[in-house]
Amino acid sequence: MQPKPDWPLYEIFVRARGGLDHKHVGSVHAADASMAMEHARDVYTRRQEGVSVWVVRSTDIVASDPDEADALFEPARDKIYRHPTFYDIPKEVETL
Amino acid sequence: MSATGEIAPSRDASRAQLEYLLRLGDTSLVLAQRLGEWIGHAPAIEEDLGLANTALDLLGQARLLLAYAGEVEGRGRGEDDLAFLREEAEYRNATLAEMPNGDFGDTIVRQLLIDAYQVPLYERLAGSRDPRLAEIAAKALKESRYHLRYSAGWVVRLGDGTEESHTRVQASLERLWPYTLELFDADEIDRGVLASGVGPDLAAVQGEWSARIDAVLAEATLARPAAPRYRWYGKQGRHSEHLGHLLAEMQHLPRIHPGARW
Amino acid sequence: MYTQGLNELAARPLAAGQENPELLRRFEARIDAEEKIEPKDWMPEAYRQTLIRQISQHAHSEIVGMLPEGNWITRAPSLLRKSILIAKVQDEGGHGAYLYSAAETLGISRAELVDQLLSGAAKYSSIFNYPTLTWADVGAIGWLVDGAAIMNQIPLCRCSYGPYSRAMIRVCKEESFHQRQGYDLMLKLARGSAAQRAIAQDALNRWWWPSLMMFGPPDTASPHTALSVRWKIKRFTNDELRQKFVDFTVPQARFLGLEIPDPALRWDAERGQHVHGEIDWSEFQDVVRGNGPCNQDRLQARRDAHESGRWVREAALAHAAKHARAAAA
Repeated sequence: MQPKPDWPLYEIFVRARGGLDHKHVGSVHAADASMAMEHARDVYTRRQEGVSVWVVRSTDIVASDPDEADALFEPARDKIYRHPTFYDIPKEVETL
Repeated sequence: MSATGEIAPSRDASRAQLEYLLRLGDTSLVLAQRLGEWIGHAPAIEEDLGLANTALDLLGQARLLLAYAGEVEGRGRGEDDLAFLREEAEYRNATLAEMPNGDFGDTIVRQLLIDAYQVPLYERLAGSRDPRLAEIAAKALKESRYHLRYSAGWVVRLGDGTEESHTRVQASLERLWPYTLELFDADEIDRGVLASGVGPDLAAVQGEWSARIDAVLAEATLARPAAPRYRWYGKQGRHSEHLGHLLAEMQHLPRIHPGARW
Repeated sequence: MYTQGLNELAARPLAAGQENPELLRRFEARIDAEEKIEPKDWMPEAYRQTLIRQISQHAHSEIVGMLPEGNWITRAPSLLRKSILIAKVQDEGGHGAYLYSAAETLGISRAELVDQLLSGAAKYSSIFNYPTLTWADVGAIGWLVDGAAIMNQIPLCRCSYGPYSRAMIRVCKEESFHQRQGYDLMLKLARGSAAQRAIAQDALNRWWWPSLMMFGPPDTASPHTALSVRWKIKRFTNDELRQKFVDFTVPQARFLGLEIPDPALRWDAERGQHVHGEIDWSEFQDVVRGNGPCNQDRLQARRDAHESGRWVREAALAHAAKHARAAAA
């Protein structure tokens, strides 16, 4: 028997303090966005873990496919010239 | 102010202050005790957490207020002495707070009716002439604003939800409405603290309460019940039958272990 | 913690040999390299099923675990103790929520998991099927049960499955206060009146053996531990963790002036460990099978909460649907 539909799932993102990005912390179930906000507060910020919260319907998130990870991210691997450590600068040049 | 001037407030003013602090503290304590009964039994895990947060806020308010009341009383009683060793008739909470949890609708309507009262109350008390009370109220106000958001949100969902939820929550409202009159029915103590600049004008608090409640009920498609006839006076120590049971349960350990430390 | 039923339950899923060998090889190479597995990554079906069972058992245990301690919220003997207890029981609900959330990333819904709990199909930790009879039980649970839980949970923070590992890191951070408040509560009783000391000793007597059972059957009777350890779902065996718990707890009890109810308990200087008496595994099996003192009460309480909350959850959904329609119109 299939159980009755639960409240939909929302993904929760919390900004720990000003100056930091919002970070994914988990999910809650809620009937609407306002309730999701309250649930996020009660579930994920009981110890002042945040100063700002985003709630997003889980079904609204578009995620990359792990099978495509090679095609998406591997091509960046050999572009080592993008990184500052690629360049040997003589020690005498102190301010670079 | 008494004839002896600024140094010592009159016995009456000090008695009114003490009574008033007990009213505020006991209302928060008794409501917290009720909400505590829910934890582990709420309609969803997230609601267990939400109700627990509100209970913790109210308990925190009660501790500050009762500790202060104990100091004003000057007989060496602390928050726990006042909470656990006073009898029913010595409790000064609004009767509404002691009403049993009933179903989730009853609980949430009781919460709305009290939250919508505590917000304008604490807004005013944050400017009380009593600096200690003003400080407690300023902290409590932030909490109450959140409680009101939570309870109002739920009353709207239940009122404007299914046919069943609408019927149930309208019945909760009818059941609990008679107990709201007491909140605004100014007696000698309320007039005393108003005169000394410690407490608010209850008529003004009632005006705001009424407007907020009407707005929530409109959105929830619920009907405001007719004005109640019977008046309760929990704040004067005349309670419903429910408080005795609540206190018997809450107080039994300290009473069977007199003087024990926990 | 609370994953003791895992060993018997993990037997059902696909044997590792039935999976695509190339995918399995790559998966195991990632595990060996201490990489984390994330929700959309390929994983053997046995790994997924084992995790779903373990994480959901853990979540159910947190939720059912709210009940025995919740039993004392209304009777806590001071306002501070009442606040601490509410915060603690609330945290357990929070931990249940984090863990259901982690389990849901494996492709099962919370509604299905809750259904498994309420129908009696899913297991939860047997410890919560014992009654809380006095205030000291609240202390004993914090000290012993949460102590045992922490022992099991800290290694789970390094579990190979990312969402479970992250949930456990959060749980462990929060749990550190749970054990301390329990010990602090016991300390107050141990230093209190004769009546208070008596309830403290009585609580230790009742909770000691069930706490040792929390680590699950002995390794010799846990044939499936090996795969869980290889896939880094589990990092230590039941007996290893149980031993650590005994070694930690014995001196704590001594400091309280309480006696551990095990006449066979002794220090083995050669091994540098305590040796404890025989555990009554028939009691454990009984409780796991549903014949403990409170199995029925605990499940009934969860069923009641679920059933009496149904109209509330439905109303919220109906309200959201109305307003979604209104917004779309």
